[in-house]
Amino acid sequence: MSDLTAVPKGIAGPSNFLDERLGGASALKRNLRKIFPDHWSFLLGEIALYSFVILLLTGTFLTLWFKPSMAEIAYDGSYAPLKGVMMSQAYASSLEISFDVRGGLLIRQMHHWAALLFIAGMMVHALRVFFTGAYRKPRELNWIIGILLLSLALAEGLTGYSLPDDLLSGAGLRITEGVAISLPLVGTYVTFFLFGGEYPGEDVVSRFYSLHILLIPGILLALVSAHMVLMWVQKHTQMPGKGRTNHNVVGAPFYPAFMAKAGAYFLFTLGVISGLATFAQINPIWLFGPYTPADVSAGSQPDFYMGFLEGSLRIMPPWEINLFGTAHAGTLPLSVIIPALVPLGIIMTGLALYPFLERWITGDHREHHIADRPRNNPHRTAIGVSAITFYGVLWLMGANDEISKVFNVSLNVTTYAGRVMIIVAPVIAYIITYRMCLGLQRSDAAIIGHGVESGVIKRLPHGEFIEVHTPPAEDLEAHLRGKEPVRMLPVLEDKSGIPPKGMRGPLGKLRARMSKAYGGEKIPLEEEHAHEEEKAAIGAGGDDRSLTH
Amino acid sequence: MTDNEHEIEQPDERVPKRVIGTPAPGTSMLGTAEQAAAAAGGDVPGVTLQDEKKARKAEKIVALCFTITFLAAVAFIISYVVFQVGSPEATGTSNLALGGTLTVAILAMAIGIVVWVRMIMPKYALVQERHPMVSDDDDRRYVSETFLQGAGESGFVKRKLLRRTLLLAAAPLGLVPLVLLRDLDNSKMPGAKFNKLLRHTVWGEKTKDGKPLRLVVEGTGQPIRAADFNSPGGILSVVPEGYEHDLNALAKATLILIKFRPEELKDGVNKNWTIDGIVAYSKICTHVGCPAALYEQTTHHILCPCHQSTFDAADGAKVIFGPAARPLPQLPISVDEQGYLIAQGDFHVPVGPSYWERGDAEAEARMKGGQA
Repeated sequence: MSDLTAVPKGIAGPSNFLDERLGGASALKRNLRKIFPDHWSFLLGEIALYSFVILLLTGTFLTLWFKPSMAEIAYDGSYAPLKGVMMSQAYASSLEISFDVRGGLLIRQMHHWAALLFIAGMMVHALRVFFTGAYRKPRELNWIIGILLLSLALAEGLTGYSLPDDLLSGAGLRITEGVAISLPLVGTYVTFFLFGGEYPGEDVVSRFYSLHILLIPGILLALVSAHMVLMWVQKHTQMPGKGRTNHNVVGAPFYPAFMAKAGAYFLFTLGVISGLATFAQINPIWLFGPYTPADVSAGSQPDFYMGFLEGSLRIMPPWEINLFGTAHAGTLPLSVIIPALVPLGIIMTGLALYPFLERWITGDHREHHIADRPRNNPHRTAIGVSAITFYGVLWLMGANDEISKVFNVSLNVTTYAGRVMIIVAPVIAYIITYRMCLGLQRSDAAIIGHGVESGVIKRLPHGEFIEVHTPPAEDLEAHLRGKEPVRMLPVLEDKSGIPPKGMRGPLGKLRARMSKAYGGEKIPLEEEHAHEEEKAAIGAGGDDRSLTH
Repeated sequence: MTDNEHEIEQPDERVPKRVIGTPAPGTSMLGTAEQAAAAAGGDVPGVTLQDEKKARKAEKIVALCFTITFLAAVAFIISYVVFQVGSPEATGTSNLALGGTLTVAILAMAIGIVVWVRMIMPKYALVQERHPMVSDDDDRRYVSETFLQGAGESGFVKRKLLRRTLLLAAAPLGLVPLVLLRDLDNSKMPGAKFNKLLRHTVWGEKTKDGKPLRLVVEGTGQPIRAADFNSPGGILSVVPEGYEHDLNALAKATLILIKFRPEELKDGVNKNWTIDGIVAYSKICTHVGCPAALYEQTTHHILCPCHQSTFDAADGAKVIFGPAARPLPQLPISVDEQGYLIAQGDFHVPVGPSYWERGDAEAEARMKGGQA
């Protein structure tokens, strides 16, 4: 087949029809060959995006059979062990999807796996954006949309998880109730309104259902669209490299390459999810039985994204205070409120504020389109790893019973260890990460200064052995030289050493000190210089080009 | 000698072309240099065409992948018809067949497209300019002028009465959706009553004949004769008679019933509320309400599997570990004339998780001379 020389009629006709009515050609002219830069880490967000699409599709399939009702019925489906057992319609219909609808189990498991992948994808994507500083101006708004998406996704997960009304999902719901009722002042109102009266009531499944299939996904869809539009308009960031500047984008065009890649990547996500749903069982609700508030199974675990909340509830000491004496209202169950709200608050608020705090500290108001390499902003990277450690300790503690069982240690010991680690581990992580970043910066400086080790040992005329270093490849060098020192607030003291007006108060002084610590060039690339012998060796090597390029 | 001289003059020949463990010529250990666009001879700068021979080979691979997708998709449809569901085994087989064929179909297509993009489509390093997001000064000036002009024309600034009444109107209108949510609580009781409701369980109720409720075993509904529940260390999960399937009642009234040797009971237990060393505690954890379902006979520890709050059953279920701040409330029990266990009345303190209006009900009960 030879290439096309004219647009075929089947495409030209409808296109003409549309263009005469909508005028799309000018938009297509600008966007068909829009350039998308390439880096493996840019694909992480796409996992979340495609998982979301898969969630919408599989979720719609599930609604065709699911009955969001807590009315009690006797089970009459084909799963023999539960025949005749009293259960809610929601649970019975979840069993029906699993056992009486062909492909129902597959789609249900795909839905669950896609949910896990959706949130995991968002998390690693957020980390990528954080560590490369891609949230900086002009992308702060998209960053905040992303935080909202993540928070909503957690709520979406929680509501969805509660729908099948099996014993495990009920345990999660019970904990949700225990947390809601602990809120000061409004706790009882919140729970009575949520459950339509006392827990568990007969409403929560149908209420969660409308939140889960309509309200939250609607908002998610709107925010995902906004996220995409902003990404499209602001263009993607790119990694530093040859020919890449803050004022250009280097990469592949949307049509045809990026489009095809994105399509393939969607299919990969779908394929992996369907593979997981085929070969890795998830949430076998028929094993748990119908919900009753009187029972729970040992080793109950939430989905992974709720694990950190579970962990923080587990390691909290038993604090409870009564503000106004004994017989009055004013009970503060700190052992619930603190773990339920504080870690989530620290992480989400911290994430949302970080771009603005960083801008305030560095005084950097420029647009940034070149992604930072994490090592080149060591304090940011250390803060990020420290936050990951904080989250990670909580997450591990969410499985402290399993850890105790597997490693045969006392449950109390793991809990006490968690209480210590939640404070200590982030600090240690901070220090280690910061030192590692500096070390990596030094290794970059060494590559620029000395070149790359060639593995070739040479004997010099006077008998000394040295290793021949060759200059780094062009693209590698450009990648390293993309480094830029973190901005600092300019020091504007007058002659007698008095700082400018805004920098005098305690807050101003703190800002100046933080700026000095956070910003600046820690290890200049030109710090290291090649030793004379090596240079001589490179010179004398003559044919060293063959070793690099 | 001559050999030596020769070697000194031509030292580069002694540099081997490739040493094991070092990068091959043309590569670097730390990144492959991008192939220069010009080398491959594409017309457009930044677009490097693929070698036609390789592309033809790739086309065959792509075609193979797409054919696999076709076959697997057909197999999916056949599996749908062939494998029926019903029993767990049949469902498992159907799941494996449907999921397996779907996975193969989709992954084969994905791989096919990737090969197509990477080996048939050109390599791109196209460059596009970025422009600052900020609009230019003229546009900004025009917008702010237009804004002022419109504000003036609308009269919103000048006409105070209009502006203030509009704000006045907006305030209650904003509350309307919130007000509408008030009936989310179906009982429509005043909020102050929530506390009263939470303080009571069905153990305070009587049967139709005015008798106290019996304790029955969860699941079977069997009443419990004190004399039959006689092995020390024994434990039962217990629910109120007549409420075996009332989830709302069970969420507060479920009990854990433990038989002790009389000498094992410590001061924390109200012995007037026990029968022959049988003690009844609320099973609902005082932390966030999970059923505290695990019991360790030798230590008399009740453990909540959700967050590992641990209570000493021999000592009034006081907290010995974990995040729960209060003991599990003890239910006063006794026996009726036939020797079955019954509740003397309701719990003296609210069961389950703490909440704002709860107060220190234990201290209150103690002040009234009772025991929690």
